[in-house]
This record gives sequence, C-alpha cells and structure tokens, in this order.
Amino acid sequence: MLTGKLRSIFRRENGPASHGSSHAKGPAGSQPGAAPSANAARIMAAAASRKGGKKDTLQTRQSRGLEQFFFNVRDIVGLSILDCAGANQDNIDFLINLGHKVYSQDLVRNLDDAFGRDPAEQTNPSRIEYFLKQNFEYPPEALDGVLLWDSLQFMSPALLNATVERLYDVMRPKAYLLAFFTATERATQVPSHAFRIADNKTIVLAERDVRNAGQVFNNRNLEKLFGKFESVKFFLTRESLREVIVRR
Amino acid sequence: MSMWNKKEDPPAPRPASAPPAATVNVPEIKKEPTPVSSTPFRTPEPDSRNTATIGKSVKIIGQIFTKEDLYVDGDVEGTIESQENKVTVGPNGRVQASIRAREVIILGQVQGNVETSDKVDIRKDARLVGDITTSRISIEDGALFKGSIDIKKAEPKAAAAAPAAAPAPSPAVATPAQQPYSTVATGAGAPAAKR
Repeated sequence: MLTGKLRSIFRRENGPASHGSSHAKGPAGSQPGAAPSANAARIMAAAASRKGGKKDTLQTRQSRGLEQFFFNVRDIVGLSILDCAGANQDNIDFLINLGHKVYSQDLVRNLDDAFGRDPAEQTNPSRIEYFLKQNFEYPPEALDGVLLWDSLQFMSPALLNATVERLYDVMRPKAYLLAFFTATERATQVPSHAFRIADNKTIVLAERDVRNAGQVFNNRNLEKLFGKFESVKFFLTRESLREVIVRR
Repeated sequence: MSMWNKKEDPPAPRPASAPPAATVNVPEIKKEPTPVSSTPFRTPEPDSRNTATIGKSVKIIGQIFTKEDLYVDGDVEGTIESQENKVTVGPNGRVQASIRAREVIILGQVQGNVETSDKVDIRKDARLVGDITTSRISIEDGALFKGSIDIKKAEPKAAAAAPAAAPAPSPAVATPAQQPYSTVATGAGAPAAKR
C-alpha cells in the first residue's frame, strides 16, 4: 500500500526523463539559479541555522545525474543503496521514504582517517586493502545503487582503481552508481562538499573544505576508469562538474 | 536595649555563613530521597528514578537485561537488552555490544547492531558503527554513522491494527511489537535476540 503510493508519487515528481544510451553526453543539466524546492529551502534554512546563519557556502542546484539515478531505480522498492555522503537526516529520510535500505558512510572522512589528506599517501597496497575492507566490505553484488558524490576525485590512481574494482564486485548487475568529478582541467585543488538530497533531482551542497585532487579527470579517463562497467553517461554542468552515471 | 540584643542573637548573617558548609553536604544526601518525596511538580524525576546507570568508571563484559531504562556512561562489551525501555549511551559511554530496546539514544560510541521497536536517536558527536533496525531514526549533523539502516514500518501498523480488530484477547498473533516484551519477561529474550 504504502510503497505503491510512494511509487506513484515518485513517478509524478520524476516525470518523463530521457533515458539515453550509454556514453551519451547530456546537456547542461545543472541549474544553480533555479528556484529551490520547498524541501531544498527547508534544508538550506536548517543548514544555515546550524552554521550560525551563514548561507554563503550553501547552494541548491538541480542534478541531472541524481535525476537519472533515481529514474533508473524507480518503481522498485527494497533496494540497498549506499550513500557515501556521511549520515545525514535528509538523505536517509529521502531514501527510506522511497522504500530502500540505506547503507551510510562518510567516504571522504574515512579517506582522511586511513591516509591523511594527501593523495600521495594513498599508494600503500596494504593500506589500500585496509581502506577497502573498512568501507566496502559487502557481499558480492549486494548493492543496488551507490551514491559516491564527489569522493572519488580525491583518490590517487592506485586507490581509485582499487575502489572502482571493489565497487564493481559489490554492485549487482544493472545497478547504478553516481559520482561527481570536476570538469576543470589541471585543477589541483578541488572543493569538497556535503550533499543533501532535497528531492529526486535537487541537491543542497555545503562546502566542507578544499582538497588536493587525486588526479586530472576528463571523459576519456573516466571511460577508462569505468571500462569494466556496462555503460557510462556524463552530464556536464554549468559549475564545471561532470556528473557521471555508471551502470554495472 | 534588650531589643537590640535579641536582634543580634538570631543574627541573620550567622545562618548565612554557617549553611554553606551544611548545605553542601545536605543536597548530596538528599538527592536520593528527593525524587520520592518531591512534589508532583517535578515530572522528569520519575524517569531518573527508574533509570539504571552504568557510571563512567564502570566496565561490564557480558549480557545486560533490564526492565527499566538504562543509562550507559561507562564501558560495556556484550549485549544490552531492554526491550520495553530506553537505552541511553552517554557522552562517555563506549559500548561494544548489540543493543535491543524500545528506544536508543546515542551520545557516545557504539560498535554493534542496534535494534529498536520505536526509535534510534544519534546525537551530534556520537559514533555508531553497526546496523540499525528501527521504526524511526534521527541523526544529528556531526554524528558519525557507518552501517545500514533498515526501517520496519509494518510493525507499528500491525500493532495498531490488531488491537482494533480484535480487542478482547491478545494472544501471540496480536502484535509483533509486543511479542518481544513477553520474551523478555520470561527471560528467553537473549537467545531469541540472536539471529
């Protein structure tokens, strides 16, 4: 009953979305100036109050990548979704209300715990293995969706490849993964954000800090990185961001 | 003149200087009885009276079963079970145990699975590594949580629907939410708690 209702609500909100073929480069999907939804406004107000009224680091924007992610898992309940944004009430509420089981962790924070802040430290194989064990120890093909947000771009090539390899193992076939990468070439330092889901296509971002980028990413790099996966789809946004939807 | 003397005898300053020493001791002693004799204005006190406390310097290894609220501010390794009640892990609490309760509030550190029939509340600086099974969850910003969240929404509905449908007797079928309570009462809850 409840899940059926949720499904119909979700379908209504989601509307028709283009379900392009793999490797299709989507249009600029991000609309930073778009009027925030009521939920986004509520999240921003709450976040601002926690930050003592500072709103400058908060922004709401629409995300085609997120929209596609949820479009792809529409009409299904009881999925296992891994959210790497760290535990926050908004994401948990949103995913739970869709009827999914939520796995939560703060991947960027865990990176710091395991390696410190410098990607150059992320080369030790035993530490990489430890990190993977700490963060991605799930049964094979256990996850139906993974929200990585911007965490991958702070990983060195060695760690990144190992992480993507492990993600391939723990995701079930046809499962989707969402990741954000900076589209700025030669960016050595990239802001890290906390992501909150306002609705199925709107996110509220709060800047956490600025970090060293693990490597330079372009479409070719990313295609190569996710070469083992079935498809990779890019959405280039106005904020020099590549939103990537990957299908296992 | 005698009037002046009389006024000096029950000097107001004397009680003022003497009581500090006395009052310091008195409240400590009176803290225990006050909840009992306190006037009905103090509503929160019954809670504290019905709460078992594991203090900061206490370490327990084993299984804890309780039929009253539990406040853990020390170390616990094992299992904690208080199915009808609330378990609070205080800011100094370090729990390496699975917790089963009606409601769990975490302000300290917990490593283990948490299962509640009502609510899990993870406060600001809390740290929880483990899987959660609950009906409702609240996580404050700044809390660290690593694990899964499984919401069981069916239980309250079934619990609400069943008594309405068959109010007279309520055997085992009536409410899944109440079943664990009976198992705790009989003391058979511990093995049942394990999957």
